[in-house]
Amino acid sequence: MTITITGMRKRFGPTEVLRGIDLTVEKGELVALLGPSGSGKTTLLKIIAGLDWPDMGGLDVDGVNWLNLPAQDRRIGFVFQHYALFPHMKVRDNIAFGLTVRPRSQRPGRGVIAARVDELLHLLQIAHLGDRYPAQLSGGQRQRVALGRALAIEPTVLLLDEPFGALDAAIRRDLRNWLREVHGATGSTSIFVTHDQEEAFELADRVVIMGQGQIEQIGSADQIHDRPATPFVANFMGATVEIPVTMRAGRIEAAGIDATRLERRVLPDGPATLFLRPDDITPIADTQGCWTIETVASTGATLRIALKDGAGNRVETVLPRRAPEAAGLTPGTRTHLRPEAGSVFPGPRPATTPAPAAQAPAKENIR
Amino acid sequence: MSHAATSFAPGQSRTGPRILIGLAVLLTGLLVVAPLIYIFARAFSAGWGAYVRNIMAPDTLHAIWLTSITALIVVPVNILFGIAAAWAVAKHRFPGRGLLVTIIEIPFSISPIIAGICYLLLYGRQGLLGPWLQAHDVQMMFALPGIVMVTMFVTAPFVAREVLPLMQAQGTEQEQAAVTLGASGWQIFTRVTLPGIKWALLYGAVLCTARAVGEFGGVSVVSGNIRGQTNTLPLQVELLFNDLNAVGAFAAASILTLIALVALVLKAVLEGRKAV
Ligand SMILES: Nc1ncnc2c1ncn2[C@@H]1O[C@H](COP(=O)(O)OP(=O)(O)O)[C@@H](O)[C@H]1O
Ligand SMILES: [Mg+2]
Repeated sequence: MTITITGMRKRFGPTEVLRGIDLTVEKGELVALLGPSGSGKTTLLKIIAGLDWPDMGGLDVDGVNWLNLPAQDRRIGFVFQHYALFPHMKVRDNIAFGLTVRPRSQRPGRGVIAARVDELLHLLQIAHLGDRYPAQLSGGQRQRVALGRALAIEPTVLLLDEPFGALDAAIRRDLRNWLREVHGATGSTSIFVTHDQEEAFELADRVVIMGQGQIEQIGSADQIHDRPATPFVANFMGATVEIPVTMRAGRIEAAGIDATRLERRVLPDGPATLFLRPDDITPIADTQGCWTIETVASTGATLRIALKDGAGNRVETVLPRRAPEAAGLTPGTRTHLRPEAGSVFPGPRPATTPAPAAQAPAKENIR
Repeated sequence: MSHAATSFAPGQSRTGPRILIGLAVLLTGLLVVAPLIYIFARAFSAGWGAYVRNIMAPDTLHAIWLTSITALIVVPVNILFGIAAAWAVAKHRFPGRGLLVTIIEIPFSISPIIAGICYLLLYGRQGLLGPWLQAHDVQMMFALPGIVMVTMFVTAPFVAREVLPLMQAQGTEQEQAAVTLGASGWQIFTRVTLPGIKWALLYGAVLCTARAVGEFGGVSVVSGNIRGQTNTLPLQVELLFNDLNAVGAFAAASILTLIALVALVLKAVLEGRKAV
């Protein structure tokens, strides 16, 4: 199933939760929706599922307008963030639910349903838990039951809302691999929501970054990491250091910054903002430098160095403790900063939180 | 108790808690147990024969029948109303939602007698709608409809208020999951929503029944106390007592007491199930 979303908008009262979403998910693809909490991921998923409706926009699946199709008839598998299992039914009956509610003419026989449930319990590696109630299961086991219940109806589209959000790290990794296998085995088109970058990049064919109701960027891990499309993405991906700079003939210039390791950029002359990850900044001892080291904290492997300039700007950098540059960096040392990689966006530094790009910013990046 | 008592520091007096416990037992005995025993003692004071004869007296039998029929109408209606109201409030957002919750609770804060008088002034012979009702040959007051109406008013919150918090806690995700799995509205209600609230529902129904059977004040206003016609069991007890027929009064009261005791046991059992 190819899912095509066009110009989708949704507001709850005064808040615009989706502000024009355009997205196409190809048949058999596994796509991650990645974004901070409140960016509208769940809302988008619920609209695709038919549990909510947009104010504007289109939702086409293989040429069929799904907005006219009730949720019951969309045949999607939806896995809820908190599982939403039926607490009064055994695991078996939870998984069989979608088959047993079919109209009599389409309902498989008892034996067929039981066989299908057994098959799923086996696939989900919870064959021994069929006769338990959800309250008697661990979080990871509940997650498997929720997925089994969704898969039982042989959905053509699988939607998962933060499927591993409530689980601890080891189980997450385990289930992640296993979800990838299940996706491959069923061949369904899948969209899953997460706010965990690692999870999104490891699992998905493509990652869609959402910020405040808009799609900020679509791409692979490397693309998004190396060439963030907007200040928001740069920031979200960890480039939390923002330095006001001036573009001159494609060169980045700023007092106390050695930009020689950054490529020249095709950007108009004028003010711009440089986005850097703390571990892509090397402080270089320099008696003429305008940055002063305030504190140095060691975590054993790395040094966390806080610096301040004359204007009161503060920057934090992370440096391997054994790096040659680290020698002699003590509180009070004057330095300049040498960015190893970063992205630059035209315009002065945005106020506090990166605005969800009202105007499409130029996609000009450096490496 | 003994565990709590032994945890007191050595040397500290244990008489304080003992006095309090003793007082509680004494008061319970005086206010609850003694009257309870007395009811049955007086009811059987003239022997089994007299007891049965008093129960089988036509007026008392009629009162039992009237009370039963009232409960049989009121309780199912209130179950339906309670589920519908709780469903509307818990699973949907609409303007006036908060107001609806308040309205459901109103009968708790209005004296049943006031409700009875209001119905009388509205639907009674001299009431606002009286002439119209009379013209259409409908008698509401001093008849079964009035008794049912006032009882329904008094017991309206019982089911809704047991079911509502549970539905609110459950939210709508289970229902949404059922929708995506292809279930119809009715299937969702009977297979997902209802099983989730069934113990609370039964609990509310038991409370509602106990209250419906025992209601005195409101019914007394709208029934007109017509002997053998509009007297419910509680009214019949009072009537027999005023007739100085103590054995008869206590025999009728013993029936009410039995219903109350059964309700109490059911309530205790359901409270356990509800907590699971
Ligand atoms: N039913 C609702 N009524 C009002 N506001 C809502 C509702 N659902 C979501 N919102 C709001 O919409 C925004 C986006 O929510 P959501 O889609 O759940 O974000 P995410 O899943 O990315 O955390 C939030 O600000 C949230 O408060
Ligand atoms: Mg969410």
